[in-house]
Amino acid sequence: MIRNYDKLIFELSKEGRVGYSLPKKQVEGYCMCCGLPENLKRESKPELPEVTEFDVVRHYTNLSNKNFGVDTGFYPLGSCTMKYNPRINEEIAAHHAFTGLHPETPVEYAQGALEVYYNLAASLSEISGLSAFTLNPYAGAHGELTGLMIMRQYHIQRGDLKRTKVIVPDSAHGTNPASAAVCGLQIVEVKSTAKGTVDVEDLKPLLDDTVAGIMMTNPNTLGIFETEIPEISRLVHECGGLLYYDGANLNAVLGKCRPGDMGFDIMHINLHKTFSTPHGGGGPGDGPVGVREGLEHLLPNPQVKKSDDGKFYIATDEKSSGYVSNFLGNFGVIMRAYTYILTLGRENVKMVGPLAVLNANYVKESLKNEYYLPIEGVCKHEFVFDGLADKSTGVTTLDIAKRLLDYGYHAPTIYFPLLFHQSIMIEPTETESKETLDEFIAVMKKVAKEAIENPDVVKSAPHTTPVRRLDETTAARFPKTTYKQMKG
Amino acid sequence: MKYFPHTPEDIDSMLQVAGLKSMDDLYGEIPSQLLFNREFALPEAMSEAEIRKFIDSLGDKNGKLVCFAGAGVEDHYAPSIINPIISRGEFLTAYTPYQPEISQGTLQYIFEYQSMICELTGMDVTNASMYDGCTATAEAVMMSVAAAKKRNKVLLSATMNPKVKRVVETYAKYNGIEIETVAEKDGVTDIADLEAKLQGDDVAGVVLAQPNFYGIVEDYSGVADVCHAKKALMIMNVNPMSLAVLKTPTEWGADIACGDAQSLGIPMNYGGPYVGYLACTNSLVRKLPGRIVGSTTDVDGKRAFVLTLQAREQHIRREKANSNICSNQSLMALYVTIYMSLMGSKGLKEVNKLSYAGAHYLADQLVATGKCTMAYDKPFLNEFAVKTTVDTKTIQAALLEKGILGGVRISDDTLLLCVTEQRTKAEMDLLVETVKNL
Repeated sequence: MIRNYDKLIFELSKEGRVGYSLPKKQVEGYCMCCGLPENLKRESKPELPEVTEFDVVRHYTNLSNKNFGVDTGFYPLGSCTMKYNPRINEEIAAHHAFTGLHPETPVEYAQGALEVYYNLAASLSEISGLSAFTLNPYAGAHGELTGLMIMRQYHIQRGDLKRTKVIVPDSAHGTNPASAAVCGLQIVEVKSTAKGTVDVEDLKPLLDDTVAGIMMTNPNTLGIFETEIPEISRLVHECGGLLYYDGANLNAVLGKCRPGDMGFDIMHINLHKTFSTPHGGGGPGDGPVGVREGLEHLLPNPQVKKSDDGKFYIATDEKSSGYVSNFLGNFGVIMRAYTYILTLGRENVKMVGPLAVLNANYVKESLKNEYYLPIEGVCKHEFVFDGLADKSTGVTTLDIAKRLLDYGYHAPTIYFPLLFHQSIMIEPTETESKETLDEFIAVMKKVAKEAIENPDVVKSAPHTTPVRRLDETTAARFPKTTYKQMKG
Repeated sequence: MKYFPHTPEDIDSMLQVAGLKSMDDLYGEIPSQLLFNREFALPEAMSEAEIRKFIDSLGDKNGKLVCFAGAGVEDHYAPSIINPIISRGEFLTAYTPYQPEISQGTLQYIFEYQSMICELTGMDVTNASMYDGCTATAEAVMMSVAAAKKRNKVLLSATMNPKVKRVVETYAKYNGIEIETVAEKDGVTDIADLEAKLQGDDVAGVVLAQPNFYGIVEDYSGVADVCHAKKALMIMNVNPMSLAVLKTPTEWGADIACGDAQSLGIPMNYGGPYVGYLACTNSLVRKLPGRIVGSTTDVDGKRAFVLTLQAREQHIRREKANSNICSNQSLMALYVTIYMSLMGSKGLKEVNKLSYAGAHYLADQLVATGKCTMAYDKPFLNEFAVKTTVDTKTIQAALLEKGILGGVRISDDTLLLCVTEQRTKAEMDLLVETVKNL
């Protein structure tokens, strides 16, 4: 029944129905229709649905049933850290003493909110080994852009204007080069070794006085720790560049080692990955950015500070890299991440990385006969298979991903990283139990067996989902992106 | 720890399968000087009960104020059913809809969101949402530069919200875009100055605000022609709530519409999360950043929705990208979609009428005190600027004592006040009375 629900909210509309209740008009007169000059009024009427409150509740509840979240089932999506999103975080973020605050509230009336911001920033500093954090950027990509702005501003303030190149490993997230381009930097790619780590010999000749810095994830997108990071740090710093840490994979080392200690100068963290805030179907997240000692003034404005008498205040620094957000970021997301840190406490933070890494290695070792593991050895929080071990079946990574949907799993990340043709990137996270992993391993083995014995059932998957494989070509060739266009 | 399912036996057997002896072996390859060996300087773990008490105590340090502040963030009514719906785990805990077969819920609400934003703005196409209004405007500016050939200058009207302006200027600085300001005259954009600044034939886009920072509804008649004659795109930053009554960006002849949709019932939440929107004409769709959802069918011919036109996106274009945006502000897009569904055109218009009546009443009453005059004699909806005879700091301090957030200070003698449907006559009268007694 639920499966077959396929109405759009517009299709429920009936003239005259309403879904709201508003206060009575407070004052006599003051008619907008007569007061507002005619030439400023809209000519057409916006065609929004006319539905009751109950219509809306039932419609979106039915839509939600066509979705899969972490709450629904195992979500081994590599590089996305789909861990459990605790409900206490949601409750705290909805606290009425915070949700009603206007950003222009005088700081004396927002001390509690500023304390949350300040404390989370301080906790992130401690966890990452950097000196100071801004929580203003709204997402990982936004944090990256902010971090690169800081990198550029650092060189600009030193009067070193020729540093316009940023080095990015060939295994990097696609966002790294895009962020660099938006920030006005040119990208230079450094190769990976056969072991999947940055090739230091390839890096050396790239380092000159035009290099602004290097962007790295550690562990990298293959889930491998860059053990030569002390040497890379020395080389990049010697040439006058800065090291940027893409925090997408921070969960792997959470509690075990810190980007600041590895020699990184700037980093971003994805609160919606490492610090358990929900992904929300693609946001809102938050992308705090940290810097090492000596770079604090470059963090974007506004900044939250604490005075000697323990009061919090908002400061702006004219040497800062600028403004990247309306105010202090996605404050509701900050409340959630702060709650998560309070829940874990110092005794549990240090277990996150090790348990996530244990889960990843357990799944990897359990499946490496059925799936081709291009790089052997201990991985960190995630690992990459290059398709099935048996290459003769004609079953692709896409087919495997779609077949997993039939068995009630979200697919892993596929066709990334680009280093392999059939990448399947699996990240189990620390909140999944051995039993969940065992069931997933059994299903992955079953799919590998199906690929040999009955490849068609895999190639035509999924079979049991609300809709099946989609015609993406027609969607792109004749785009219909609104109800009006769809109706024609 | 309730978030860790591992028993000691689980750990032992899993280590064995992984071919490792101890948990330390999981990090065996890492140089020892990089391993963190001391205790974190963080508080000890708290129980839920302790967290609730602690957050209550922090909440007590915030004030509860009756809000007459606007400047881009307005205190509108938030319908009760929205939070329960967006808190459903199937929406809340999903990732970006990369697997459309099990993400039709997300994809369909984005399609509905896009449809509604296009209805409000009159534009042909919009993306799946942006972080906020400031970044949406910065993206609009970058779009105009990408669409223009060999032009990298963009004009911003002086009547724009300075908070939006400073974000645009930051993006522009690093992106290599030159920003110039179009002067204001009597609280509105000086069209003669705009024309003069377009004479160099080097402007890619012009950004205008509606209503502008002072709450004024500007008359942009003929402005599109002025921009287009010089091959510059007209970009409008518009409060979407106002579009239930005001002429749409499309009706003004604009090419791109953008702004913050916080006014569509999103709680003020100390600055976020909100949601930005970015919409444009069909001719610019290939330059539009971010995700776009389109309708299609599956192999059985069933109607379905899917991310489309992905060749524009950062993960494909990498270093050739015009934008680095990956995700959107999806859950907040759902929020405003539900809000717009509940309100319909009629409800949105009603909100505007109530806010208009309140704001005009308040303005008249303030002028009647003799302590204020209207800063500009121009049409407005629900926000307006007054010149004051008393220092605005003094006024705001007196109002705070009465539990009122008395608008946003523009200068020592100019105050910006905003009224929504949530403000009662009693609240407005208390504000007026307090100012009168100064």
